[in-house]
Amino acid sequence: MEEKHTIIITVLNSVGVLARISGLLSQRGYNIESIIGAPTEDSDIYKISLVVIGTEEKTEQLTKQLNKLIDTIKVVDISHKHNYIIREYIIVKINITSKNRSDIFRLVEVFSAKVLDITKNHMIMELSGKPRKIDRFIDLLTSHGIKEYVRSGEFAMAEI
Amino acid sequence: MCATAVHKRYPDEGQLSVISDSPEMTGSEILIHALLDEGIDTVFGYPGGAVIPIFDVLYSTKDINFILTRHEQGAVHAADGYARATGKVGVCIVTSGPGATNTITGIATAKLDSTPIIVISGQVSTDNIGTDAFQETDMSGVTRSICKHNYLVKKVDDLPRIIKEAFYIAQNGRPGPVSIDIPVNVAGATLKNFRYPKTVELPGYKPTVKGNPRQIDKLTRAINSAKKPLLYTGGGIISSGASEELVKFINKTKIPVVVTLMGLGSVPYDNQYFLGMPGMHGRIAANYALMECDLLIAIGVRFDDRITGPRHTFAKNAKIAHIDIDPAEIGKNVTTGIPVVGDAKNILTELLDKVNPGQSSSWNEKTEDWKTKYPLEYTQPTEGEILPQYVVDRINLLADSNAIIVTDVGQNQMWAALYYRHRKPRLFLSSGGLGTMGFGLPAAMGAAIACPGQQVINISGDGGIQMNIQELATCAINKIPVKVIVLNNSYLGMVRQWQDLFWEKRYSGTCLKRGPDCPKNCTGPRKECPLLYIPDFVKVAEANGLKGFRATKPSDVDSTLNRGFNENGPVLMEFMVSKLENVFPMVPAGKPINQILSGEE
Repeated sequence: MEEKHTIIITVLNSVGVLARISGLLSQRGYNIESIIGAPTEDSDIYKISLVVIGTEEKTEQLTKQLNKLIDTIKVVDISHKHNYIIREYIIVKINITSKNRSDIFRLVEVFSAKVLDITKNHMIMELSGKPRKIDRFIDLLTSHGIKEYVRSGEFAMAEI
Repeated sequence: MCATAVHKRYPDEGQLSVISDSPEMTGSEILIHALLDEGIDTVFGYPGGAVIPIFDVLYSTKDINFILTRHEQGAVHAADGYARATGKVGVCIVTSGPGATNTITGIATAKLDSTPIIVISGQVSTDNIGTDAFQETDMSGVTRSICKHNYLVKKVDDLPRIIKEAFYIAQNGRPGPVSIDIPVNVAGATLKNFRYPKTVELPGYKPTVKGNPRQIDKLTRAINSAKKPLLYTGGGIISSGASEELVKFINKTKIPVVVTLMGLGSVPYDNQYFLGMPGMHGRIAANYALMECDLLIAIGVRFDDRITGPRHTFAKNAKIAHIDIDPAEIGKNVTTGIPVVGDAKNILTELLDKVNPGQSSSWNEKTEDWKTKYPLEYTQPTEGEILPQYVVDRINLLADSNAIIVTDVGQNQMWAALYYRHRKPRLFLSSGGLGTMGFGLPAAMGAAIACPGQQVINISGDGGIQMNIQELATCAINKIPVKVIVLNNSYLGMVRQWQDLFWEKRYSGTCLKRGPDCPKNCTGPRKECPLLYIPDFVKVAEANGLKGFRATKPSDVDSTLNRGFNENGPVLMEFMVSKLENVFPMVPAGKPINQILSGEE
């Protein structure tokens, strides 16, 4: 069964490491749902959060291939692990009218989103939280006319 | 097997005038110093603007034999042949841009067959990178998916570490090609207090060499209780130097064995339990055994589609055990019941101690019956056309018993694989995974340099030999005594064979003699076919400074081979073979491997 897998890759902060990871994915025929890479507290180490859609077997093969890269230190598929905090961040621009304004403000309040900018015709908000919460937020805003949004993609940290 | 050359360690006193213990060294000096430290005695290559500083150091380095090939592809395949014949790292140095891109096929060839080579390429200076400068290509970008690892050296301080790592990565774990791209200003920059590191620190690269004891026990139990066990072994046996252990294991357990193209030589052809090569052009006995076994012990193989056929049909009755140093190979193509990650030699040694001695069983009888019932056969008439199988068969008798056979790709390769009597590891070199035409001659050249005094025979077709034929001159000038055998059938024979069997003889683009006067829809040789020797390989040989001989009838074969083998230098021997001969056995594409054509149909 195909499902979403979130994979955390710890790599050496070396030249072209992100290209190695993304290149490997396309070479082996995987589609990247999202990928983020950023430095960590150790300047030699870089963490990449990757989301792909695939079967259990295909994803296991992918983690093996990722592990095979010389710069890869650790690969964990956290999809079925419960001891990870997973977060995502979104910025949304939405059309506002006199009709929907109060509905939108109610949603902002319920979701504890933050208004970043507001004009006569549109409003920009930010929200962070579990990916499901972000999905739900988008879902509820869609009927009000989303102009555009950017999502950070998922990133995670082990609880212990 | 080629005696492994003695590793020469630098610094030897007074060896190099350019390199000294002075506190400062240039990037080029560091590179050559490191190569010497790694025991490199031969470098293949081709110069260019971006590598002049490196070549300048080579000029005064007498402990490195530099072989100037006639094409960068020749250099990289030669390095590969050198590596395959010895197990040592093969090195080539080329310039940036076209020099670098000409090595791509060779790097991919080495990757697919897991051979340790290092390709050092020049690069434009760091301040010009990204500007589309003259002869600039993004070598690390281009090679990313076809090498084991690659480096772009951005500053000279990193160079010693990078070279050390490259050598470590190329030959440890599953071997493979490593590319090092060195900008011209890095080669020229100086480094104070240079010291070549003794060890590497690679937190992300720690190959598992020792097998998990629990998995080994599980495998031992499976072997002891299997009724119809079968070994399926490949190039991993040769890389890990486990042939001896494998043969002991076979003889102790009496388990029949099939050996892939990459593993040929690891089990002697006359071993009672050797069933031959399996797969699309495998021996019938080998394929039948794969389909009927109840335990398949795969070692150093990767379940290539040319072996398995449609995967869901492959070894359906078997529990599969897979021993490999690369964990990513296990479970990649087939579901594996007993995975054992580790070095083949270690694991075979452990298994050898643990398994019960085998008793001859009805399974042994059955596999031996298949071997007798389906032999490899051909009938060479005394008059008429020469059969390519006959040429290979005569090489068996007339060549040295420790000759290194290097094939090209296609029918010539399959006839050599099937009909040559493989005796020892590293004596049969062939481009397996990538199937690179043009590999044979340059790889044979590399093997001959690696193993001086040992006979090296390149078996090519008339198609493949033309893909790197410029290296004949390299052989002649450098006195590299490769014996080149061209099986000339005027066709790109393997593709023509498919067209013959599955495409209604529509010989599209496969006749090497086809010209404007030929009928549009030619279905095979006719009386009016131009009997042109184009190219005239004997003349090509002579023009390049080699002796050239041609055999046109069966009675010429022995005398031609003897003449060629008795020459001291490089020789080209051309055999005008049957144009329409096909390689059998053959499994049609997409069919299970037991639906195999023997050629009699």
